[in-house]
Amino acid sequence: MGSPAMKLPELPIVGDPGLDENAKNLTPERIAEVINRVIDRETAARFRVYMNTCVHCGLCSDACHWFLSNDRDPRFSPVGKVKQTVWEMLRKKGRVDPDFIKDCSRIAQTECNMCRRCSMYCQVGIDVAYMLLTVRRICHELEMVPQFMQDTVNSHAVTLNQMWVKQDEWIDTLQWQEEEAKSEVVTARIPLDKEGADIFYSVIAPEPKILAQLIGNMAQIMAVAKIDWTMPSFDGWDNSNMAMYSGDFETMGRVERAHHEAALKLKVKRIVMGECGHAFRGAVYDGPKWLGWLEPPVPVIHAVDFYHELITSGRIKIAKKFDEPVTVQEPCNIVRGRGLGAKLREIIHATCSDFRPPEPSFEHNYCCGAGGGVINCGPPWKTSRVKGNSVKAEQLAATKAHIIITPCHNCHSGIEDIISGYKLGMHVKFFSEILMETMEIPDELRAE
Amino acid sequence: MEQAAQEKLNDAWDWEIPSKLVADLDDWREQFSEVQELVVSQDGERIAAIVKADDALTVCVNGDTWTSTFEKAWALHFGPDGRLACIVMNDDEWTVAQEDEPWEERYDYVWNLRFSPDGSGVAANIRTSDGYGVVLNGEPWDAKFLQMRSCEISPDGLSVAGNVQLEALSEGDIFTFRKGLWGLAVNGEPWDAHFLNVWDSVFSDDGAKVAAEVRIEPGLQTIAVNGVPWPETFRAVWQPIFVPGSHDVVAPGLAAGAWKLLMNGKPLWNRSFAQVWHQTFSPDRQRLAAVVASSFGRWTIAVDGDAWKTTFGDAVLPPVFSPNGRRVAAVVKENNRWTIAVDGIPWPEDFDMVWDPVFSPDGGIVAARAVQGKEFYMVLNGKVISLGCAKLWDPVFSPDGSQLLLKAIEFGRLYRKVVPIKQLLA
Ligand code: SF4
Ligand code: SF4
Ligand code: SF4
Repeated sequence: MGSPAMKLPELPIVGDPGLDENAKNLTPERIAEVINRVIDRETAARFRVYMNTCVHCGLCSDACHWFLSNDRDPRFSPVGKVKQTVWEMLRKKGRVDPDFIKDCSRIAQTECNMCRRCSMYCQVGIDVAYMLLTVRRICHELEMVPQFMQDTVNSHAVTLNQMWVKQDEWIDTLQWQEEEAKSEVVTARIPLDKEGADIFYSVIAPEPKILAQLIGNMAQIMAVAKIDWTMPSFDGWDNSNMAMYSGDFETMGRVERAHHEAALKLKVKRIVMGECGHAFRGAVYDGPKWLGWLEPPVPVIHAVDFYHELITSGRIKIAKKFDEPVTVQEPCNIVRGRGLGAKLREIIHATCSDFRPPEPSFEHNYCCGAGGGVINCGPPWKTSRVKGNSVKAEQLAATKAHIIITPCHNCHSGIEDIISGYKLGMHVKFFSEILMETMEIPDELRAE
Repeated sequence: MEQAAQEKLNDAWDWEIPSKLVADLDDWREQFSEVQELVVSQDGERIAAIVKADDALTVCVNGDTWTSTFEKAWALHFGPDGRLACIVMNDDEWTVAQEDEPWEERYDYVWNLRFSPDGSGVAANIRTSDGYGVVLNGEPWDAKFLQMRSCEISPDGLSVAGNVQLEALSEGDIFTFRKGLWGLAVNGEPWDAHFLNVWDSVFSDDGAKVAAEVRIEPGLQTIAVNGVPWPETFRAVWQPIFVPGSHDVVAPGLAAGAWKLLMNGKPLWNRSFAQVWHQTFSPDRQRLAAVVASSFGRWTIAVDGDAWKTTFGDAVLPPVFSPNGRRVAAVVKENNRWTIAVDGIPWPEDFDMVWDPVFSPDGGIVAARAVQGKEFYMVLNGKVISLGCAKLWDPVFSPDGSQLLLKAIEFGRLYRKVVPIKQLLA
């Protein structure tokens, strides 16, 4: 890695029953069997190419917020994380001990956000996140997944949503939010199971569980924009997918299939998904591929793209601009991963009068530190997660904005933690919240 | 509905009057402050919607409203026997209303409204203060569970099954979860066996057996029949079906990176696919078709193990057999355009959306409704044979195959039309 030998500080020990308890069930034979099986039979050709082409130059280090925020500790550099995990597994032909697997799970699952910023800095284009996702797959196969992450995946497996939302709770919430929306916009509805609608609007489970007003907001936006839309009363409404990040690809496939089959069953022309980055990745890339689709069977549009369409087509008019200073958290999965950065800027400019651009920005933006399933690893890992992203705090503080627009649920929670951890005194808003404050509701649609 | 039963019903329908005006929906829109999604009976004689009048919801059928009103109502459907049902609520108590008659018992919540193939059984999931369960034709199960997430009704309409949570789980308790807390309850009786997960289930024709997808270990899934898992395990499985008239079960399973169709745990076809699902038997039970990805990203239909030569990039929907079982058609999608492929040959025209193919009784003609722009069109053997209209429902062939029943909204009105096929093809 080119770094001089240095004495590295001890890392704090974090207790997590998902790792500590489950490690007791591991045997060297089982570990070796899983490592060799996953590496031999499940990895793509690029795994070997990456192994052979990495020149250990360490150029990727400065890309990673974990490295930059941890005093340039090489253990947090992208290549350092691969070295501590994959290289050792291969060098020892899978003959590693349970403590080593515990470390692998910590590194791959809680100290990498799969944000792929490092890939842009690697001269040979190595996808470090893919290497670390392979480590996660191995840890999943060994049942060595942090407790809260595993609980989220258990929820996906049972309910096909991320937060143990029961079927009746889901429908009940939509009906309640429809009423709320109607009290603002008379024509607002949340049409359930409307076959042949133009749009299936899908969300992530935190919306019905804890942020139900976001669904009500959407019902108002849809009504004002006169969109023919629907939401399913049945499973498949949740577009999020933590199983993709825990390495449980079978559960990931089941969740993604339910989402896409819901769209096919409803005969919609498009899926519009709410403001979430990883969900977009799951629905557009990883999920379809595991199931055998090159592309999603029904086109999937991220909320940023949809809002851009509504605003530029004039379906939504802006009555007055939001005038507090705002900046933006550009979610990796839709900006670096999908190139929606320019559209995101355009909708911010259309709705806000005082935009403070972050630096670095667009595809060079730093990850929020929460993505890739890291925030789902729960409270035990919060301290290291927030410590591992001081560069994000510095970047945000430098904008002197009051509001950070974050069109991604994970970023939203992650940035809130950064704000409180570094006492930035800023606030986070989804773009839909900005839109709710700025869009014109024609008088004839306004409830009295 | 069973094909024979459906034919008998169709036979009793009016195939004489060429065109009837069923309802003027513009009138409804004037009369009510809200007219929700429209539903039409199979025979095209009735159209209904949940409507709002004087701040209460009710159901309007052919212009007449139900006497009952509701604070909330949803899931309005004509059952296969033509009876109209929906889920309704007043004073925070939910139930099912059929033809203006709400069921007597009320529950904290009702959802997953299901009909048996002949419509005699109507079931739904319920939540009460004692827990979760099922109501069938107004009779709730005695047994209640911590959670229930499905409602599967038997072909004879007499039984209902659904996956149930058998033990409480506190937040984040991955260790209790690992013991396997889920089972399947049939008519209120849970299986003896517990699993990490139980997903979709299905009854045998005689209602004696139920098969379901189960997960027995984190990385191992299989099919359980009446609670007994197949000895063979897979990395993943999809929904099983019973061979009609038997207790044999067919399901897709993933092993060694390839999907195979399995019967009772053993490979059924001698090849594997990048994906296989939606397996479907022909009405005469002689043939089996499924949606397959013959290679990564290329989708088609395989019949008895042989995949069509033509493949499609975007999607292929579940196969539909002709009544005599000789032909197979499916909705297919390529380059974001939808059409129908019959026996492997796609129609030359494509559409913004197309619905499932409907075969004539002898299998010679395939009809489907399609959307182009804002309008619906009827398509016969690949040719658009109607003018555009605001909405169409699935067409129905007369039992002798000489006529087609169309249900169309034109100029704000629902028309029921019986058109000779000859005229349509001319
Ligand atoms: S967090 Fe992002 S930059 Fe750091 S190693 Fe992971 S993918 Fe690379
Ligand atoms: S991953 Fe790329 S940038 Fe990082 S050390 Fe290897 S070759 Fe260098
Ligand atoms: S949460 Fe948001 S910023 Fe963070 S990894 Fe996901 S998309 Fe990237």
